Amino acid sequence: MTAAGATAPNRRRWHVAEETRWAFIFLLPWIVGFVIFIAGPMLASLYLSFTDYNVIRAPELVGLDNYQQLMRDRRIPLSLGNTLFYALLHVPLLIIISLFLASLLVRVGRAAGAFRTAFYLPNVTPAVAVGTLFLLLLAGGGLLNRVLGVFGIDGPTWLTDPTWVKPGIVIMSLWTLGSTVIILFAAMRNVPVELYEAATIDGAGTWKQFRHITLPFISGALFFVLIVNTIASLQIFAEVYTMFFASRSGPAQDSALFYTIYLFQKAFQDLDLGYASAMAWLLFVIILIITAFQVWGSRRFVYYAGDDK
Amino acid sequence: MLTRRPLGLAMALVLSLVVAACSTSEGTPAASAPAPGGSAPAASPGGSAPAGSPGAGGANISGDLQVLARYGCEPAPCEPSGEGAADEIAYTRYNVFAEQYPDVTLDFTESDFDAQAFLTSVAAGNPADVVRMDRAIIGTYVAEGALEPLDQCISNMGIDMSQYRQPAVDAVTVDGSVYGIPEFYDSRIILVNDSVVEGAGLTSADIDTSDWDKLAQVNEQLLQKEGDTPSRIGFDPKLPEFLPLWAKANGADIISADGKTSQLEDPKVIEALTYANSLIAAHGSGAAFNDFKTNGPGGVDFFGPDNQFKADTLGAMPMEQWYLNVLANNTPDESISFQPFKDRQGNNISFSGGSTWVIPASADNKDAACEFMRVVTLPDTWFAAAKVRADTRAADGEAFTGVYTGNTLADERIFGELVTEESAGAYFPGVQLVQETADVAFSLPPVPAAEEFQRIWQGAVNAVVNDGADPTQALTQADQEAQDAIDSAQ
Repeated sequence: MTAAGATAPNRRRWHVAEETRWAFIFLLPWIVGFVIFIAGPMLASLYLSFTDYNVIRAPELVGLDNYQQLMRDRRIPLSLGNTLFYALLHVPLLIIISLFLASLLVRVGRAAGAFRTAFYLPNVTPAVAVGTLFLLLLAGGGLLNRVLGVFGIDGPTWLTDPTWVKPGIVIMSLWTLGSTVIILFAAMRNVPVELYEAATIDGAGTWKQFRHITLPFISGALFFVLIVNTIASLQIFAEVYTMFFASRSGPAQDSALFYTIYLFQKAFQDLDLGYASAMAWLLFVIILIITAFQVWGSRRFVYYAGDDK
Repeated sequence: MLTRRPLGLAMALVLSLVVAACSTSEGTPAASAPAPGGSAPAASPGGSAPAGSPGAGGANISGDLQVLARYGCEPAPCEPSGEGAADEIAYTRYNVFAEQYPDVTLDFTESDFDAQAFLTSVAAGNPADVVRMDRAIIGTYVAEGALEPLDQCISNMGIDMSQYRQPAVDAVTVDGSVYGIPEFYDSRIILVNDSVVEGAGLTSADIDTSDWDKLAQVNEQLLQKEGDTPSRIGFDPKLPEFLPLWAKANGADIISADGKTSQLEDPKVIEALTYANSLIAAHGSGAAFNDFKTNGPGGVDFFGPDNQFKADTLGAMPMEQWYLNVLANNTPDESISFQPFKDRQGNNISFSGGSTWVIPASADNKDAACEFMRVVTLPDTWFAAAKVRADTRAADGEAFTGVYTGNTLADERIFGELVTEESAGAYFPGVQLVQETADVAFSLPPVPAAEEFQRIWQGAVNAVVNDGADPTQALTQADQEAQDAIDSAQ
């Protein structure tokens, strides 16, 4: 073996090590941020979930007491039920409407930019402002019921009738579908035009093209918005808090008591941060299970470009 | 290794992350004390004392004093203005202190009380030295050891607690120790819409809460509805928030005097809720009633000129006295009369609330904080602030119905010298009635799990009103939950 032959692998190894070092240097800000602001607090909250802690006094270990209390607290199933009901109604509706709007945007052509901006504007509106706005829109004599009245429908009292509180909140949350529309729009723009041309020549109509070309090609984006919106739905807080809890005498508290609102109340109103930490971990596990189920289900339905499937 | 304090902060942070729902959540909701608003030119009464001068009790008052309240300019004393700044009642009193103690550097947090922010500051070991909060939630913080008992402060500074209204003092006293110096003082009277009442062939005196059968009939006569939806409220019992008043009228309290035993399942409390809810049920569904009350004609402009009295969408309701000022300045020509809330024996009763000043247990400058609380609640200080407001209102051609303080001597001066038939207009009889009933008001005692207790009983009332739940069942369940919460907080 020559000297040059012996040094080449060393040089490659040195080169790889150098690249790795630089990669870690560039990743360092994120790693530091992750450890300090996410991993560290999560571990701390895991520890606190086994303690009696009120911020003011030192935490005191209580074993599984907080988790046992979760099983006895009637507001846990109540708030979880409210949250899951909301998510089950909100996420499919959000995706269907966003899909429809994105399909329209693709056809609009040059004016799409203006519409994209218009659809996205609600996303940059503060959540508290959205909550306040919808208090007016959903009121008994508000705009929504007036529109329903035009069609002869006597609208319900969205803000006070326990039956209609959650559907009202779903309507409010659909206001901020802009980011989902933009993601789906971008995915649709990436579908090869040749496929539509070939399908048209083969006599496929609009629905068949959408069903057999568009949907498979944007399934990756659909899967992404499904996961992101499911997690967001399970953590909805600010708008609902503004509408029903900010005054401390909300008109329909139980029917609007979502899980994160109850968690906030236990932590920062009742000063029971140990219990609130246990609640946070229960929610984490629930989200983990739902997400894992969605990932498992995605294997059959999601197509990635370059896949053999 | 994580120490306990960083652990606490880390926990607060991770909870905030969980609560902040991805990209959509903003703001920090919190239980907050009433926010002063508006602005006006100020006088800054009060003489100044030498730097680092002794306070009332001889303690050396100097150094930095952080105050959890809004002010709006710096350095003190100054005259703030604009959105979010302290109003003349607040800043005039702060200026009195600043002028008396020029050696004290005042630093205002420029925020109202926020439980999350307060807890974080306590955990970080740097809470404000003196904090303004709602008396209704003080029990939680006392139970957790976050507040300083003021016995020594009161004794050192020679604070005369007898000058403060007793219900307000009771609301900040736990196991014999005082934890707050009362600031404002709310009480309730009944406001009667004369045009509606007379239109139904009745008189203001017919609005009598001592005779429940008659009041139910009067309610039926005053209300108007179409199917299950009201178009005019007869008598609004103000549920859920006035349940303690209805219970008291029926001879019961929702919580024991020491704040440690829930009495929600007391048959008299259940009877009171059943009756008050029947006044709502007479209008149709509770949900429709509440929607009409909040969003219907008049209700949607509760603080404006097209309020329920102007729109004739309300016959009568019990209400806090501060609403007199809203009405006097928005609908000065409406014919409104005033009745006391009576118990079933015919005695006048009222329900009081308001704010208080407290000192966190880990505050740095407790002497200055104590003196600050004393000075800003003195009769002369209150009077100076009320005078600024009265003059401002007179200059603007607006009504002045008084400033309702927790200090009896201050109220005597304010209502004796500043509030007149001319300044309060048609609302002067209401002002007088508030003064009479303030003395017979009661307050809820400090409860160790104050916010949770309130949430539980208000939730039970809401379930009855909006969801048609059985009052006995709802309050019995609430009683058990409330007692568990109180026991756990002690």
